[in-house]
Amino acid sequence: MFRPILALMQKEFLALMKDKKSRFTIVIPPIVQLLVFGYAATYDLTYVPLAVYDEDRSAASRELIARFTGSPNFQEAARITRQDQIAPLIDRKEVLVLVHIHPRFTRNLLTGKTGKIQVIVDGRNSNTAMIALGYVRAIVTRFNLEWVETHGGPTPPARLETRAWYNPNLESRWFIVPGIVGLLTLVVTMLVTALSVAREREQGTFDQLLVTPMRPVEILLGKALPGFIIGAGEATVIILLTVFWFQVPLRGDLLLLYIGLFLFLMSAIGVGLMISSLSVTQQQGLLGAFMFLVPAIILSGFTTPIANMPTVVQKITLLNPLRYFMVVIRGVFLEDAPLHLYLRQFWPMAVIGIVCLALAGWLFRHRIN
Amino acid sequence: MNRKAAPEKRKPSTRGGSLMRLRGLVRKEFLQIMRDPSSIAIAFLMPVSLLLLFGYGVSLDAEHVPVAIVVESPSRDTASFTGAFERSKYFDPEHYGAMRAAKQALRDHRVDGIVRLRSDFAQKLQSGATAPIQVILNGVDANTARLVAGYVEGVWTGWLSDRARQQGRTLEMPVEVDQRIWFNSEVRSRNFLVPGLIAVIMTLIGALLTAMVMAREWERGTMEALMVTPVTIREVILGKLIPYFVMGMGGLALSVVMALYLFEVPLRGSLWVLTAASALFLLVALGMGLLISITARTQFVAGQTAIIVTFLPAFLLSGFLFDIQSMPVVVQGITHAIAARYYVAILQTVFLAGDVFPVIWPNALALLVMAAFFLGVSRLKARKRLD
Repeated sequence: MFRPILALMQKEFLALMKDKKSRFTIVIPPIVQLLVFGYAATYDLTYVPLAVYDEDRSAASRELIARFTGSPNFQEAARITRQDQIAPLIDRKEVLVLVHIHPRFTRNLLTGKTGKIQVIVDGRNSNTAMIALGYVRAIVTRFNLEWVETHGGPTPPARLETRAWYNPNLESRWFIVPGIVGLLTLVVTMLVTALSVAREREQGTFDQLLVTPMRPVEILLGKALPGFIIGAGEATVIILLTVFWFQVPLRGDLLLLYIGLFLFLMSAIGVGLMISSLSVTQQQGLLGAFMFLVPAIILSGFTTPIANMPTVVQKITLLNPLRYFMVVIRGVFLEDAPLHLYLRQFWPMAVIGIVCLALAGWLFRHRIN
Repeated sequence: MNRKAAPEKRKPSTRGGSLMRLRGLVRKEFLQIMRDPSSIAIAFLMPVSLLLLFGYGVSLDAEHVPVAIVVESPSRDTASFTGAFERSKYFDPEHYGAMRAAKQALRDHRVDGIVRLRSDFAQKLQSGATAPIQVILNGVDANTARLVAGYVEGVWTGWLSDRARQQGRTLEMPVEVDQRIWFNSEVRSRNFLVPGLIAVIMTLIGALLTAMVMAREWERGTMEALMVTPVTIREVILGKLIPYFVMGMGGLALSVVMALYLFEVPLRGSLWVLTAASALFLLVALGMGLLISITARTQFVAGQTAIIVTFLPAFLLSGFLFDIQSMPVVVQGITHAIAARYYVAILQTVFLAGDVFPVIWPNALALLVMAAFFLGVSRLKARKRLD
């Protein structure tokens, strides 16, 4: 039984690796993309162009402004003197945040009244806007605390002591980069599997394969294993880069990560082969790959939490193997999560994998146009 | 071989003949589209289903965040504080008797945070000392954690000022921020996500429609058959471009209608700017697909390349989710090669801010340059490839 599978595997590897362009496409881009995306994909803002409109021009207002310009998140891009300069700066995206200090600022501060400052933010990307506002509020809160300390005044009767587990500095890179591991692993398996049966069908060689004494299970294994080997190999390289290049802490058990990877690859390959054996042309295979890949990535919890989605969409995500792998990979990297949390992710991936692989094998013979 | 042959072929062709040939090619392409309905699915089914899924599915606005509340010695003061959490639409508080159980719930992902009032909370509050409120968040998803921290702060300040008012005082902070969020004052994340998704989806449509078509002709040998006819390369490319352009614009129109009427994203700019920019972007996307198709030689490699270069770069490097100015300089440089970047900037401005031409012109110019580049290189490569 093994000899024909080996032969088929060898043929699949040749088909993927013989063509220089195909070899290149499978090996190089995922690694380059990890490096690029790993740096690109962060919600933390390090360059917020800021405009200052100081009508007070006092020691206190200058001190407050210095806290903004001295912050690593803000970069002073303009200092304005008239109200009508505000709109063009923001409209043209020259600044993201404008801080406007009113002329009575210091007088109010010193007489115990509230000194108001107006902050205008470009809300075209409301997420970026809210993050920038968070930075503004943090600066003002600190200013307030220190002002009360030095100048006296009422202290609030209760204060928050906020701490974050697993990621004390709330670095979004620690969240995103392990997610990219899942993303790229999925892309690689799709590259290897989604077009493989479709191509043979289009070229007619699949019919030849079907008339050989090979059983569908053997064909299935011969088609699935190369994807498995390539996927596992690339995932390992990407995991190594995540740990040693991006220095994301790896706190949990690698064995659990690899069990998760094994099950995830099985389910992704199952989906890929199912799409491929459903398609009669490679164009259909490519369409199918995208119709799976794009929702799988966007609805995986990679960038936007599944908990924010409406209930119906949350139910749909239950069919998405990447969703489970994301929990496993983040659990192993950051949390060292309790075992039952992993088990809850493992079995759905296994079920998806087995069902899809079985369907793909069945389709080999039953989808003949 | 073709270099010599092409000029000779072109000479006898009159303008009318060229038009007729082009019409024939376009007709042939349409017939092929009808025969394999996957192109129609790409142009119309894909935008509708993806926008529906994402428009409803993708949201950065957290509500009903499950939090564990631990009150170590309940009193009227602690009840007034936890009541503020019960009333907030952002939280689904659950009461836990002991810190140990709450921590276990946080580890098990049953709650996203813990708010703990220690046993001396009421006493410190009454005595005038500052009473600490311990907040622990699951920081794995840093963005959500930061958002939740903001909500907690909102509940806390609301409670403080309510309390001060009940005691007949007002709570004066030295400096207070009066915030204005322009263009999206109610902070609906859908308002920027939907235009961004249109850019991502159009990238896919454009590239998917054309990525396979030239490779298919070469793979099947029909390209060489076309070459012995008086048809020129330019006509072949135009013949491919026109039908898919029409279909792509149809898909785009569907997406815009859905954005406006289903997701209620405001369109503050003008429709013609939106249409012109979209047409330009579609040309870039189709051109990129054509170039992939021509360089790849086989459909297999073309498909693989399309998967690699379209979706993830448009999703992560276009600035639709992640702020480009905060990326490292090298990565910022790379984003300039991503056409979706310019389109996202135009879309977010036209939808939410209006026709701000200082933003629109440079981005449209960049799109124009990219379209010229992709189509020009496609044409050059197609000619050379006929060996």
